[in-house]
Amino acid sequence: MIKTDALIIGAGPVGLFAVFELGILGLNAHVVDNLDKAGGQCIELYPDKPIYDIPAVPECTGESLTKNLLKQIEPFKTSFHFNQRVNSVIKNKDHWIVETSDNIKFETPNVIIAGGVGSFEPRKPPIQGIEKFESKNLFYSVKNKNNFANQNVCIFGGGDSALDWAVELSKIAKKIYLVHRRDDFRAAQHTVDQMKEIAKTGKIEILTNFQPKNFLGTDVIEKVVIENNDKTIKEINVDSVLAFFGLKMELGPILNWGLNLDKKTIVVNTENFETNEKGIFAIGDICTYPGKLKLILCGFHEAALAAQECFRRARPDEKYVFRFTTSSSDIHKRLGVK
Amino acid sequence: MPKVTYIEFNGQEHTVEVEKGLSIMEGAVQNNVPGIDADCGGSCACATCHVYVDEDWKDKLPEQSDAEKDMLDFAFETKANSRLSCQIFLEDETLNGIVVRLPEKQG
Repeated sequence: MIKTDALIIGAGPVGLFAVFELGILGLNAHVVDNLDKAGGQCIELYPDKPIYDIPAVPECTGESLTKNLLKQIEPFKTSFHFNQRVNSVIKNKDHWIVETSDNIKFETPNVIIAGGVGSFEPRKPPIQGIEKFESKNLFYSVKNKNNFANQNVCIFGGGDSALDWAVELSKIAKKIYLVHRRDDFRAAQHTVDQMKEIAKTGKIEILTNFQPKNFLGTDVIEKVVIENNDKTIKEINVDSVLAFFGLKMELGPILNWGLNLDKKTIVVNTENFETNEKGIFAIGDICTYPGKLKLILCGFHEAALAAQECFRRARPDEKYVFRFTTSSSDIHKRLGVK
Repeated sequence: MPKVTYIEFNGQEHTVEVEKGLSIMEGAVQNNVPGIDADCGGSCACATCHVYVDEDWKDKLPEQSDAEKDMLDFAFETKANSRLSCQIFLEDETLNGIVVRLPEKQG
């Protein structure tokens, strides 16, 4: 069990800035995120797209914003727990016991939900009842490529993940079927060229303008049925299926924590952004209140105010004193300013 | 103001007036039309504002950008008339009366 002053769910810009606001108050924090790196939507959805409304930063990208926020919180040596989501938040007197999908447990007085529009989950093929095949021979990522040796593998998708794995697995699999809904691929051009080159040997069969129609099999998928744009049907015998339809955002387990919700957002007060549960805060895009704007800059403000209440809960015996970063020697010490 | 008719998957129709300059996605969100999620808020980055545009209107629409085509790869059950509604703007009266049908689900 890891004890921490605050557990932050979501490593997007607002979650990262919450680390800073807690840090200058002398509070430590752990951050959990379902992606494999910090940045949230800024990195996953629009790393290269420009952002023009960060105060005093006339123009930046999602990527550069994330990089600068990480630099800003460097002094606090924060622990990040990536590739996992928070599954449960359970009350234990004044504290919360938080458990992740990788079974890491935290005890903390403060849980800050900075989860954007939810956690990123793989988007599944639009076929009913496929859950029974998941983790048997239907996968949304490759954990161990050797599992696909000598297999007939059907890969869905037209982006980098789909094509990278088509090329990579073609070296060990019996045959790869690459199914995509149109002729153009989103993947890097050199990977597209590479795949087309391998296709000439017959190791990869490229099936474009096809979409998944059905997966047949009792225990595992034995046959994939795909449909062409002109409605012709094709069946492929497979040993395993990889579907790379990108990621979507889902609120997920947050729905079960007893928090007051309004559509897909969590209701908070505007004094400290606490939810209906003491010690659970929601900041950034995931929270709502009268006048709420889904702007990064509003999330920063929410992080600053939530951190004050986190201090009171984590240090009930200490007096809270408001200080400026410009002049406070305590803050300078915490930031490592000489 | 241009009128837009949104038809939900269950057949429920909503005809609303949308201010010029807004997108079909924004028209749905501002008028509480269910079935368009628009998770990313209109930056063509999530494919949760997917609609099917009625055949009569297909030719009047602006061309699809590469970004929209790429993003549509992620939409649920795309068809030849699939579009992302955040990329269709109601600049003038050209699209007045347009009918879009919503998919069974977004993403």
